[in-house]
Amino acid sequence: MSNFFEKSDVSRKEAESIISDTLQKCDDGELYLENSKSESILLDDNKIKNSSYNSDLGFGFRAISDEVVAYSHSNEISKNSLKQSSENLKSTLKSVKGTYNHEIPKSNKKYYDNINPIEQKSLNEKIKILNDVNDYLRSKGDKVKQVTANFLGEQKSVEIIRSGGETLSDVRPLVRFNVSVMVEKDGRKETGVYGVGGRQSYDSYLKDENWKSVCDEALRIASVNLESKPAPAGEMKVVLGPGWPAILIHEAVGHGLEGDFNRKKTSAFHNLMGQKVASEGVTIIDDGTIDNRRGSLTIDDEGTPTEKTVLIENGILKNFMQDRLNARLMKTRSTGSGRRENYRHIVLPRMRNTMMLSGKQTQEEMIKAVDKGIFAVSFGGGQVDITSGKFVFNCTEAYEIVNGKIGSPIKGATLIGDGPSILKEVSMVGNDMMMDPGIGTCGKAGQGVPVGVAQPSILINKMTVGGTKL
Amino acid sequence: MVKDQEFLETKASYCLGLAKKLGATDSSVIVKNSISETVNFRNKKLDESNRSDDLGLSITTYIGKKKSSISSSNLLNDNLNILIEKCIETTKNTPEDEFNSLPDRDLFAKEVKDLNLYDETHIENNQKIDYLKKLEAAASNDKKIVNTESSFTQNKSNFVLANSEGFCDGYKTSSFTASSVTVAKDEKSMERDYEYSSKCFLKDLDDADELGNLAANQTIRKLSPKKIGSEKIAIIFDKRIAKGVLSTFASAISSSAISRGTSFLKDKVNQKIFSDKINVFDKPDMLKGLGSRNFDSEGVKTDTLKLVDQGILKHYLIDTYNGKKLNLKSNGRCGGTSNLYFENGNISFKDLLNSNSKSLYITETIGHGSNIVTGDYSVGATGFLIENGEFKYPINEITIAGNFKDMFQNITLADDLEFKYATNSPTMLIEGMVVAGK
Repeated sequence: MSNFFEKSDVSRKEAESIISDTLQKCDDGELYLENSKSESILLDDNKIKNSSYNSDLGFGFRAISDEVVAYSHSNEISKNSLKQSSENLKSTLKSVKGTYNHEIPKSNKKYYDNINPIEQKSLNEKIKILNDVNDYLRSKGDKVKQVTANFLGEQKSVEIIRSGGETLSDVRPLVRFNVSVMVEKDGRKETGVYGVGGRQSYDSYLKDENWKSVCDEALRIASVNLESKPAPAGEMKVVLGPGWPAILIHEAVGHGLEGDFNRKKTSAFHNLMGQKVASEGVTIIDDGTIDNRRGSLTIDDEGTPTEKTVLIENGILKNFMQDRLNARLMKTRSTGSGRRENYRHIVLPRMRNTMMLSGKQTQEEMIKAVDKGIFAVSFGGGQVDITSGKFVFNCTEAYEIVNGKIGSPIKGATLIGDGPSILKEVSMVGNDMMMDPGIGTCGKAGQGVPVGVAQPSILINKMTVGGTKL
Repeated sequence: MVKDQEFLETKASYCLGLAKKLGATDSSVIVKNSISETVNFRNKKLDESNRSDDLGLSITTYIGKKKSSISSSNLLNDNLNILIEKCIETTKNTPEDEFNSLPDRDLFAKEVKDLNLYDETHIENNQKIDYLKKLEAAASNDKKIVNTESSFTQNKSNFVLANSEGFCDGYKTSSFTASSVTVAKDEKSMERDYEYSSKCFLKDLDDADELGNLAANQTIRKLSPKKIGSEKIAIIFDKRIAKGVLSTFASAISSSAISRGTSFLKDKVNQKIFSDKINVFDKPDMLKGLGSRNFDSEGVKTDTLKLVDQGILKHYLIDTYNGKKLNLKSNGRCGGTSNLYFENGNISFKDLLNSNSKSLYITETIGHGSNIVTGDYSVGATGFLIENGEFKYPINEITIAGNFKDMFQNITLADDLEFKYATNSPTMLIEGMVVAGK
């Protein structure tokens, strides 16, 4: 736990009184304090390229009146700086006449341990593993031309002080281990990337030389791509593999179900509550409560305990994801989805671990059901225009399907679809739900936050594949 | 007020002194303060105000050929003592890399010109509000516009870069940015688009009415889009998309991608990679330029580079580390390009639209579909069908794909270059790309 006032000229009592004074006639608001420590160790091109350490400390002071949010942040926790922020908030919210909402749910559940993963493994051990990764991959043959591997570790302590002095806190560990490999054959170059991570120690992911399986997977993807031929262009059936391809769910419907876009009526879903938005058998939840997952949180960045929120149940739209501001304005409750990248940013409703639950069919049945289409196993990033509902994602490993059989690998291509209608095109839901390996970061309004996704294999009747082969 | 040079220099020299005392053979430090004030409007009402005051430093220490770095936003000497000690400890434990070093002494920038990058003017929040009221009134004039979100930001920054070779310099910069995002709706569709203006000097900022009108018009014209079939077709990139082609080019000629062998433009210096008439410049000393700088992030002087001359690649973008690895001198591009642009073509915008009987005019792309290892390109796109030089109807839910190696050879540029961003291109026509639709 960080004691944010220990080395400051402002005591906790004084800070509490500035907070209460600033927020007295506001509807909501808080002082958010954050102390984060992070490291990055990178091996690239046969060498340790970078070992860096970051320590960040600061606060964000927020006052809300009706729909208006005033925010001020600084990395100096001092009396002067708090007072200046308070003045700044007051100058925006000139004639406030709200009632501060003190209600905030409580829970004793914790979804990760209070550890500092950076300190749990020495620098030399980390460097050794990176060098072992490099040697291991380069021993796999001449075709391996480039290896990049890195450790990213973080411990973030947050404290939320609300008007009246109520205090909520959380200590969040987060690690990630990534491997990228480039291979070359007959002048052709391709890359493969794989990684693992979550809110535990590095060793939880890397023990027993488990790093080798991460390397193997990156090399496998790169090698498959060496054999790939141009992807087809046009509308066709698409089978998605389980796990990470669920970024389709994240982009296609997840963002459109975030409270702010629906309150503002800029989401293609804003008038569809209670309606059928997906095929029968499709259930999608957003869950912040899975132990040690990358997208999990004990409390969100407003202090609300996270939960398992049902978004779509058997095809029917049930809930949006809410932070406190949008919940109040939409006359509902926060789902514990209020998140921010760090103290420099305002809170927005965001996803945590977004998952489509298992159905009954097998992947084999899906492949068999396709005459001409593609089987997409792994993806790079995705993006959505929440207003038009159009979304894309990029395949990094995909195969053509011809007459119910998996054919040759195809080159990376963008897939594009329409969020509100795509889930109605899901004709089979697999029995093989899988979580992603713990590598996702979601971007919104310039803020990146760690998230998770999961899904079983699914068959989509119609999507546009952005290849070059007509 | 942003911290002055003296404050930043004092912190910088404290760090360099301590690093040396603790055993660093070399070190470099950057100390930066940035203060932003933003006001956001939504549907003609105040929505959000945001003030941010960011002070931070990052220091890199060398012991011989070993290197490590730390960064922190907590600049109290107590904290710096702990961190620099940790940095030195980490440096000692990090393996040597023969190419690690500060830049060669003769490459440091010697004179720092005043490039007119700082405007003293302070715009109060109520003045920002007046501007946004005017902007939003213009943006929501048409009944089809159902939502408007606009924003005004003033940013003032100052920094000092110093190193143990005696380099110590920095300067203030400012920016004033206004933007408007509008949503339009009809029976069949809901669409979003935007307009934006960013300048070093407040008085150069676009007129609020003009910005609002543009945002609204660009959105309304996207309503009721159609999806087209898959075919090979000429693509015209609007300027705001065309600049992305230059950004990909810049990533592919960065010395790090070249030295690692992960670029489709490796070993292409002095080879023809673009069509004949294409010239690309990177010009750091543009007055009031959004990408202007006096030196790069290592303190190396930056001269104007003609990166592409008549289609031929002339330079990579080189920093010290990768330069040493490639046996080339740094050309002051650590941290990337400055004001990067395609020189104007010699055909008008109108003639460009007319150069094919049918083409697609792209105003937005989504997705991260540029692969600089292979040059493959595939993104989602939105735009308009052009027939005989006329905008026919809006199009969406399509993808466009190709490979940069071919795309570069098939570029024709219009003569409408303007300096709206740090990276700029005239309107661009590329023949022979594949559209996937129905």
